[in-house]
Amino acid sequence: MTYTSLIYEKSCPGRQGYRFPALDVPAIKLSEVLPQSLIRSSVPNLPEVSEVDVVRHYTNLSQKCFSVDTGSYPLGSCTMKYNPKVNEDAAALKGFSQLHPLQPQQSIQGILRLQYELLERLSALTGMKWGTLQPFAGAHGEYTGMKLFKAYFDKLGDTRRKRILIPTSSHGTNPASAHMSGFEVIEVAANERGLVSLKDLEQYLDDELAGIMLTNPNTLGLFEDDILTIAGSVHRAGGLLYYDGANFNAIMGKTRPGDMGFDVIHLNLHKTFATPHGGGGPGAGPVLVSQRMLPFLPTPDITFSDGVYQLTTDRPDSIGRISGFYGNIGVLIRAYTYILVMGADGLQEASEHAVLFANYVKEGLKKAYLLPYDQICKHEFVISAQEIKETYGVSAMDIAKGLIDEGIHPPTMYFPLIVPEALMIEPTETESKADLDRFIDAMLLLKQKVIDDPDALHAAPVTTPIGRVDEVQAARKPVVRWRPDTVSS
Amino acid sequence: MSEVRKGLWYTTDHEWIRLEGTKAYVGITDYAQAQLGEVVYVELPEIDDEFEKDDEISSIESVKAASAIINPLTGTVKEVNEDLEDTPEHINSDPFEYFIYAIELSDESECDDLLDADAYSAYLETL
Repeated sequence: MTYTSLIYEKSCPGRQGYRFPALDVPAIKLSEVLPQSLIRSSVPNLPEVSEVDVVRHYTNLSQKCFSVDTGSYPLGSCTMKYNPKVNEDAAALKGFSQLHPLQPQQSIQGILRLQYELLERLSALTGMKWGTLQPFAGAHGEYTGMKLFKAYFDKLGDTRRKRILIPTSSHGTNPASAHMSGFEVIEVAANERGLVSLKDLEQYLDDELAGIMLTNPNTLGLFEDDILTIAGSVHRAGGLLYYDGANFNAIMGKTRPGDMGFDVIHLNLHKTFATPHGGGGPGAGPVLVSQRMLPFLPTPDITFSDGVYQLTTDRPDSIGRISGFYGNIGVLIRAYTYILVMGADGLQEASEHAVLFANYVKEGLKKAYLLPYDQICKHEFVISAQEIKETYGVSAMDIAKGLIDEGIHPPTMYFPLIVPEALMIEPTETESKADLDRFIDAMLLLKQKVIDDPDALHAAPVTTPIGRVDEVQAARKPVVRWRPDTVSS
Repeated sequence: MSEVRKGLWYTTDHEWIRLEGTKAYVGITDYAQAQLGEVVYVELPEIDDEFEKDDEISSIESVKAASAIINPLTGTVKEVNEDLEDTPEHINSDPFEYFIYAIELSDESECDDLLDADAYSAYLETL
């Protein structure tokens, strides 16, 4: 039976989870310590439930969810790799979990050391000089990066540089971050190989160029092999390069953004470094920079001298704080644990396997599905349901929904925008060969269903607690709040 | 096959333009709505705001993606189609009957760059 209750529907007037002991301090009236405007005049509508009600409710809900702990999750660009449980052990250590962010610095040496060493490791892995762990996610890192670009040009007194170049295959957050930071966004076309067109790039290499934002490998899973030429051209024109680390999982220990010439980069710890995500966070998007961008990094910085770790703010050209405290500390602990457990060899092997597995799945699918850029890919690739849609009326969305009935999470759909009816597949290195084969078999089975009974796929999924969601209605007329008077029973 | 309506002007960004004196009504073509899929939101520009040719003037959001409307002609916004705020689906069902905004032209010579129905049909053939 499918569980459909809300916690409010479990509520029973007067039911309690806990009884507090008798008050052993003097009672004070609320009105004596708070102004009238802050005091409720009526009791809030909260569910009245026992402990077992709460536990059953959330356990039931959790069993309706799909996660990387229940099955394959080839969601392209999101790097839904398995998150080792040892990361949780480390994050739960009392020396970390019971800290307060306002404690004196001498009493939090352990967590400062962890952050310092994490920055050292990330700098070494990426070939950058130093960075900040403050950003809460990738897009926050991008925004920080664009602020750094701006601070750099402001310091030079160069106010003409307003243009940020962004390839057509980029993540949607790239143009958003550049725009939010006051830059003008210019799209750079892709060439026939799906890579940045050097010819198109050339026309923007002038004194209005602020820089370029690139993902490498790009969102088609293809390595920008002209990167050194691109970096040289952009630098000669006086511009800067930003690296979106969403796809860093493909190149760990093989090549480094710093060696490619990037000035500012972010990493998604919740992708490449195996920390949980998928439920909307929390993430972490550390930003790392080259030598010339160091003066502008956010404060506080973490320094180490005479055996003492310190948070310091001595950086006059800094863009300042970009988070309330020090970022998502729990995520940083998990990522550092992952790095230590894997070791340098392990991280390199992870990238090798991520690339090998993506190519294995790509070869397994390309006879049944259109592969617009048929070449060796990195950690992910993009197929198109365009032909299938034209011939059988079955869309990328229908195939994605059909995959749910096979017990597999759908790939990313309709992205990147340069491929119509796109399905973007990233198996990650943590799947076994048996799991990869099961995914390939499921996709081939779906292709056969497309031919045999295309209408059936329009109704998928049929095995889940909730079937095909009316996404159009949900977007046009969203109902996001439950009210007691809307209950039909 | 996408419909192309005679008597309207077009851009390669898949907008249609209906010229009435010095005012231009702008919407998106049948081809554009089919590519977008089901439209869930149309962002309307502000009346009296001025836009250059090729500026991003508003955006359309569908189930698949959000896309920019590129303003085809320089001028000042005079009308917006408020019907689309509550019923964006009209863009799908009747793209040529529902304009998004109307702009008072400041340089009529820019109209020379627009495509007529035949030229736009020929352009669609190349895609």
